Amino acid sequence: MREKALILNENDIARIIKRISHEILERNKGCENLVFIGIQKRGVPLARRIAKNIEELEDIRLEVGKLDITFYRDDVGQRIKPDIQITDIPFDIKDRDVILVDDVLFTGRTIRAALDAIIDFGRPKSIQLVVLIDRGHRELPIRADYVGKNLPTSLSEFVEVKLKEIDGVDRVAICEAS
Amino acid sequence: MLNTKNILSIDDLSTDDIDTILSNADFFLEVLDREVKKVPALRGKTIVSLFFEPSTRTRTSFEIAGKRLNADVVNFSPSMSSLKKGESIIDTVRTILSMKVDLLIVRHSDSGIPKFISERVNIPVINAGDGTHEHPTQALLDLYTIRKKFGSVEGLKVAIVGDILHSRVAKSNIKLFKKMKMEVILVAPSMLLPEKNYFDEKVKHSIDEVINKVDVLYMLRMQFERQQNRLYPSIREYNRFLSLDIERFRRLKPESIVMHPGPVNRGIEISGEVMDLIDKYPERIKIEEQVSHGLAVRMALIYLMLSLSSEDLDSTRS
Repeated sequence: MREKALILNENDIARIIKRISHEILERNKGCENLVFIGIQKRGVPLARRIAKNIEELEDIRLEVGKLDITFYRDDVGQRIKPDIQITDIPFDIKDRDVILVDDVLFTGRTIRAALDAIIDFGRPKSIQLVVLIDRGHRELPIRADYVGKNLPTSLSEFVEVKLKEIDGVDRVAICEAS
Repeated sequence: MLNTKNILSIDDLSTDDIDTILSNADFFLEVLDREVKKVPALRGKTIVSLFFEPSTRTRTSFEIAGKRLNADVVNFSPSMSSLKKGESIIDTVRTILSMKVDLLIVRHSDSGIPKFISERVNIPVINAGDGTHEHPTQALLDLYTIRKKFGSVEGLKVAIVGDILHSRVAKSNIKLFKKMKMEVILVAPSMLLPEKNYFDEKVKHSIDEVINKVDVLYMLRMQFERQQNRLYPSIREYNRFLSLDIERFRRLKPESIVMHPGPVNRGIEISGEVMDLIDKYPERIKIEEQVSHGLAVRMALIYLMLSLSSEDLDSTRS
């Protein structure tokens, strides 16, 4: 895998998190009814960061869950070696506004799976989607409500997101198979 | 990912495979606590449980495990089938396979039938108990229960008490516990032990010799249906040397656990008084927890076996 270009550095990511936090507050007119769910793996630290930002802005405690969508994939037995992560949603999502967070929005299949999974936990009032990168190439009618950066890519490229909590560094790069 | 296509014996599993199954079982345990206790992971897959020998618990456990993963689970037992009309086992299996099945779960009163079937089909086979040979999924759920309680299992001292000779549970457990470097002690009179002690384990003849020394006291079920030769003289004799009563329960180490694969013959392997303490000491008497863990372990196993692609299947040793 050869790196073609650095897209976001640590400061860029911090600014995006701040901006999206404000957008979420603005659109929802506050945060009383919000809960956050990060998609494993890198959606989880992103969800935590946004929630922490809003907690500091609004002086409130917010709930953040983790969701693994392996069991809801539509390609079991086709390609994956299952690498299941923990799912932990220790709160009731019924009638709440769920902020679903993932790192990269690509075909939309992960989000389709996540929507099915969330609805099996209860019936939320709404689900809104946050992604750090939207790289295009959707295969399903799905769009994000809050986008960190729109990044047109070709199918041979790969978006590599690294986050401190998992990878020790904050950066987004675009790579190509070498 | 598992390195074996079939689960016929504990011998099929590497320690990596065992760790993969048990680590994944945690995720399935979590699914069982959800509002909707079901995930679509194996939608469109078909599992047939082929039980030539009656069973309620194991069959139900596999059936619920498959259904929680959204697979279609069909139970096939010989009383309702053509076996009684003289169809051979292999013809029966071929008939079932013609219906595009993805996994077979086999129980039979003769040892070796699941292996015999697995050699003649191209889909994975799980042994759900064959004669006096093995019952590998029971051993896996038992190890999972022990691991959940103690964390690390290496060096733990386990006594397996009762009818070792006829018990396939004992055989799979002895193999698995030894593989995990646990210390196994067999407690049984010589007539309930295999002729040759091919497991090379320590043997004691009375439960009193081990009661205050073990971490896990594993009580086997007295199998009256396999006792045609009347190898044990009386229930009173059994109680005297092999049963867990309240007095013996009090002499166990406080952090030790009691296990039993079920169903318990109350008053034979375990006294009614001890059985009634399950709710009071859930950390000590694990018999009911073994059942719920069985579900999670079987879900993990079925999921791992069926999420292999057909390419992966060709490359694994069978």
